[in-house]
This record gives sequence, structure tokens and C-alpha cells, in this order.
Amino acid sequence: MTTPSITPPNDLRARYLLRVADTCLIHAQRQSEWCGHGPVLEEDIALTNMSLDLLGQARALLTLVGEGAAMPVDEDQLAFLREERDYLNMTLAELPGRKGGRDFGDAVLRNLFIGTWLHLFWQRLQASGDAEVAGIAGKAVKEARYHVEHASDWVVRLGDGTEESMGRMRRALDSLWLYTSELFDDDEADANAAATGLGPARSELRANWQAAVAAVLADAQLALPKDSAFRSTGSRGVHSEHLGYMLAEMQHLQRSYPGGKW
Amino acid sequence: MVDTRGLFPALPTPDARWALPDAPARRAGESRVERAWGVLGSVPDPEVPALSVVDLGLVREVVDTGAGLAIAVTPTYSGCPATEQINEAIVRALEEDGLGPVSVTLRRAPAWTTDWISEAGRERLRAYGIAPPGRCGEDNASPIRILARGIDCPQCGSAQTERLSAFGSTACKAMYRCLTCREPFEHFKPI
Repeated sequence: MTTPSITPPNDLRARYLLRVADTCLIHAQRQSEWCGHGPVLEEDIALTNMSLDLLGQARALLTLVGEGAAMPVDEDQLAFLREERDYLNMTLAELPGRKGGRDFGDAVLRNLFIGTWLHLFWQRLQASGDAEVAGIAGKAVKEARYHVEHASDWVVRLGDGTEESMGRMRRALDSLWLYTSELFDDDEADANAAATGLGPARSELRANWQAAVAAVLADAQLALPKDSAFRSTGSRGVHSEHLGYMLAEMQHLQRSYPGGKW
Repeated sequence: MVDTRGLFPALPTPDARWALPDAPARRAGESRVERAWGVLGSVPDPEVPALSVVDLGLVREVVDTGAGLAIAVTPTYSGCPATEQINEAIVRALEEDGLGPVSVTLRRAPAWTTDWISEAGRERLRAYGIAPPGRCGEDNASPIRILARGIDCPQCGSAQTERLSAFGSTACKAMYRCLTCREPFEHFKPI
């Protein structure tokens, strides 16, 4: 017996909030794969601590979205009982982490990209017309700031490091940069959020994101790659081949032991 | 409610240097709300037992509703795993003191900040071996540059210390070591 999937809310407000929530959730899950495998104990602890922050941020938003749905659902149902196409995270968050053979350089660069994006998002959401969203953002922005500090520190250390570490950072940059366009790719949910005062359209974050990331990459002696015409589409529900495998593992317990609590 | 018993290790035996005060003796004419604040001042945080939930600034409001007490609590971190346990501890302590029934509600805004940690709490934190946080102010946008700021060793007071890791045993702390007494210690990060 397995637990059937829920039908998540699909209005424009829910879609907008789920993108942020799901990016936090999936990023947390991927990052937590480093638990017990960090290059040194301190980094193992740092990555899992940041995952915990991200999971808490995701939980707060998922609770809010679930409560406001026409057919209310709780945060666990939203986190564990949706179909793949109902997850609206940025594709960047779902790309293989440690288990896909990528290395620590890849992990910290991804943290810089997603962390900077979330930090800018939370800053803007503090002024959301929705008081609950603003409250969640007021807490999350402080945490995101520490995540960006950690990621920046490592990107500079590795990029401006040895030949080996710089080579790995360059490879990570070439493989991840393609997926950053999606972070600013507006659609109707963004337009609706901007018009209703819920939050910014994603494209509004682009200039500040690029300036912040470029400053860190310059310190790291890493050149910015050229932009590509490639567009990933996870935030529209159309994911890379990697998310399904990850969800199978993430959802297993709730699917196999319906309503299980521990 | 999630049963969190067994999730956290037993608290260390309190040391006179950082032990929380017992709840004050009952005073004649004391209101239910005043009594509740006194009791809550002796309820330890599960992860930093040198601080009470009041010292940490988690308890934002205590209201006598006539039928009982309504407590507003602001969580420290979004993902703090102790949130449920803290709420349970608050309810248990107040009900054991005969102040029940007690309801606890979550209050997100304004967001919790280490600036809310009391002065007495900061001193007990230091005695417990954790360097207390500096003031963090209102700026959440600019990059953090705490590396340049010296953190004094809580053991020997030396300012010659270095950071080992940006995160410690919990998200709220960073790991340092003292270059004078050579002891490692934790620093409660300003947030």
C-alpha cells in the first residue's frame, strides 16, 4: 500500500510561493547528502546546519501555502506527497550533489548562486503585502546572509587556491552557470506577485545578483562564463532527469508508511 | 504534538557559575502574569541550558486571558529542532506551578535577534564557555564581515582568537580557538 499523491494548490500566489519553498526544500535535501561525507568535519556540520535552516524556511512557506489552499493540506503532505511535476524548484537546486560524483567545489558554488538569490528574494519579501510572508522573510534573510558568507568564503578560497582547486571551480562554474538564467525567468506568477504586492518578479533580482556574484568570482580569480540560450524549466514543473530519483528516496517513508510519524 | 523526548541529550548538571535561578518564591498580591514571568525565567533552553527562555528573548508576551495564560513565542532559527520541545517545556513549567491552562502561539514578526539576549544571560553564557554575540543592528543586506572582529576567549579573556568554522554544533554558533590558552570554544553568532 502506498499513500496517494495530493492535488496541490495551483493558483498564481501558491505557485509563486511554492517556487521559493521548493527551491529551499530541494536545495536542503541535496545539500544534506553531504552529511557524513564533508571534506572535513567542520564543513560537514556547516552544510547540514545550512540545510536545516533551508528546511525550516521551506516548512514555514509550505505551511502557509497549504493552509491557504481551497483544499487545505499540511507542510508534510506538500513536501512528501506531490508528483514530480508539482514541484516548482529552480532546476539548479536539484542537480546531482555529492552522489552524482560532483565535488565540494560544485557544492559551494551552487550555494553561492542559490544563496545569493534567496538572500535577495528574502530582502524583497520582507516588504511583502502578505504579513505572514514578510514575517517568514524577516527571519530567513538573516540566515541566508550567513549562507552567502560561507559560500563566498569557500569560492574565493578554492578559486584563488591551488591549480587543482581552481580547475575544479572552473569546471563547476561551466556546468552550473547554464542553470542560472532560470533564476530570473519571469512568467505569469511573477507578474501577478509584482502587481499584487506579494513580492518581486524574479527578473527584478537579476542586476543585484549578477553584481554580488561577479564580485565574489572576481575575488576568486574566476572569469564569468558567457550566457547561453539554454533555459532550464524546473520552476514551471518540467524538471531535469535527476529530480525523480531524488524524490523517490525523499518520499519513500511517507509513501510506504502512510501517515507515519516518528 | 511531536513527542521530542529522547531527541536531546540530558542537560549537564548545572554549575554554580552559570546555573539559572530557581523560580522566585511566591509573593502576596503577585499577578498571574508576574508569576508566569518568574517561572519562565527558570525554564532552560534545551540547547543552551545557561539561558532561560526569557534570557534568550523567546517569550515575547504573557497574557492572562481569564481562562488561562496565552504565551507568544518567537523562534530563534527557521529550522530550530528544539522549537516543539521549548513550547512543551513552557507549558509544563507553568502548569506545574498551577498557572494553567496555557496556550503557546508562534509569533514570527519581528524576527528574533541575538540583541534580545539579556545582560544576565550574556554573563551566564560566558561562564558556560560560549562567547556571547556582539550587537548585530538592523542591516540584513550587506555582506557579513565578522571575521575582522575579535571575539574574546570566554575561558581566559584573551582577544587573540581565531575562527575554526563558521558553523558549530548548532546553527547559532561558530567554532573558535584561543591562541593564548589554546582552548577551543563556541561563539554565539550575532543574527
